[in-house]
Amino acid sequence: MQENAKDPELYEYHPYRGRPKVAWPEGKTCAVWVAPNLEYYEIDPPTNPQRKPWAKPHPDVVGYSYRDHSNRVSHWRMAEVMSKHGFPGSVSLSVALCDHHPEVVKDGADRGWEFFSHGIYNTRYSYGLDEAQERHIIEDSIATVERATGQRIRGWLAPALSHTPRTLDLLAEYDFTYTCDLYHDDQVQEVNVAKGQLASIPYSLEVNDHYGFNVYGMSGREYADALIKQYERLADEGERTGSGTVMCIPLHAYLIGQPHRIGPFEEALRHIAADGRAWKARAGEIIDIWRAQR
Amino acid sequence: MTLPAEYTIYPKRAEGYDHDLYEWSNIHERKPVRWPHDTSVAVWLCVSLEWFPITPEDKPFRAPGHMVMPYPDFRHYTVRDYGNRVGVWRMLDAFQAAGVKASFATNAAIAERYPELIEAVLADGHEIIAHSTDMNATITSELPEGAERKLIADSLSRLEAAAGVKPSGWLSIARSQSWRTLDLLKEHGLEYCCDWVNDELPFSFTNGLTNLPLNTELSDRMIVATQQHSAEGWAQMMRDSFDWLEGEAAAQNSARVLPLHLTPYIMGLPYRIGALEEVLSDLSGRDASWFATGGDIVKSWKGQQ
Repeated sequence: MQENAKDPELYEYHPYRGRPKVAWPEGKTCAVWVAPNLEYYEIDPPTNPQRKPWAKPHPDVVGYSYRDHSNRVSHWRMAEVMSKHGFPGSVSLSVALCDHHPEVVKDGADRGWEFFSHGIYNTRYSYGLDEAQERHIIEDSIATVERATGQRIRGWLAPALSHTPRTLDLLAEYDFTYTCDLYHDDQVQEVNVAKGQLASIPYSLEVNDHYGFNVYGMSGREYADALIKQYERLADEGERTGSGTVMCIPLHAYLIGQPHRIGPFEEALRHIAADGRAWKARAGEIIDIWRAQR
Repeated sequence: MTLPAEYTIYPKRAEGYDHDLYEWSNIHERKPVRWPHDTSVAVWLCVSLEWFPITPEDKPFRAPGHMVMPYPDFRHYTVRDYGNRVGVWRMLDAFQAAGVKASFATNAAIAERYPELIEAVLADGHEIIAHSTDMNATITSELPEGAERKLIADSLSRLEAAAGVKPSGWLSIARSQSWRTLDLLKEHGLEYCCDWVNDELPFSFTNGLTNLPLNTELSDRMIVATQQHSAEGWAQMMRDSFDWLEGEAAAQNSARVLPLHLTPYIMGLPYRIGALEEVLSDLSGRDASWFATGGDIVKSWKGQQ
């Protein structure tokens, strides 16, 4: 994108009505992908001038330990429920988790999950990185995940959703195939990049468990209902238009894996899995099928 | 605006945590735990007894629930104190009716100001744990070491003088600690704190202090005051939690803790207390439940390590 331009010109306007169609495998009408955020938050990170990592002076005990619940307790609780209902994960990974708690990363890899980068730590923001620093983070991400899982990462969700004007162009340059950073659509869309290609896969803020619980204040049961309604509508539209939609379920184990939420969440997954119209996919597979039909 | 080179250098990036306060382990690979009478879900009631001076000091920060309006904020002073005059007595009756014991995280000022309340708490066999001096006495790393040491020492000595018991547990206001708090708590003879919310069983800090996690997500403050669910919604979440934890404990042949953090001015209201009574009656009747004080849970857990 052009730095400081009023319009970042991230993509072209393609109205939802009358678009070229995309078909998912076996006549499925909605590609459902689950995106657990496996994160590491540092207890005492340096401060980025544009964003403070913690609300309180360090250590922010509740902030830190709230997230640490994922890596001690709730990752496995969430992952078991996903596996039980046949949903693979496409992991938004703080890649330093490979160093700190390799057991968590290995659990995802053993379940056949795909990994993409969510930065080094969720307490290091991209605001103000120069180009060399941003390249360093991208190269670090590729090398770290490859070393830990054997996978060459293909996707990106910026750490704590913090970007620079260069981010998307650099991703395309390093042969990434998708970004989860843009929230403008319910279908896969092309992103404008300086060179090469990059697709935007629908992630979601609106049905992200963080928004559900910490922004909208939903109960676990209300969130499960929201997921079911979101899914039903997208599957209906995919069926009616003959063009596949995409639903992402972005999760954080420390939120969805709380004891009062995980039971209702399992019921939502059971519902979606039993419906018959959902293609339970990984992010990369969705991009591949879409790209092949372009 | 560019960032210094250090911003992409990570000196603590290595196996384990980026601190040495406690060690990593995942809950399902630990040695199994059982609670007394072969139960699997310890239900821990923890009630906060808070006195908010009408003159907030904000050193280092203003406690949740503290004054909101310009001085003198009669509105919030009295609506909080309602909990100490009325709400908590409803809770005591509810605990008695269900035959369950709780922990009361008590500001020293409460013990000094309301001796009848402390007498009733102790007469019913509940536990008193330390909860700072009053709701102005908050902790972060900005608090000088001498001031923090004095805050902890005063909390304990004033509580002991007024209540006649020496607490073994500690809850910080808003669970907020400094880098020094764990060592200061240990230095003052405390056995456990309830501030770190990262687990569903007790665990040990490196310095030997125990953490008994008091889940913020399950507190009435979070569910009713912040997320604005009804008391009945809260009750449903407690039942959903219990059901899940009971199933998980059975599947893993281990045990869990379900902490119910209660605030007298929130759950002790006439239109909400019934939901608490129903939860107590329901869960205390379950075969898998063990209602216990924090101290009893820590003791049982330590005995199995």
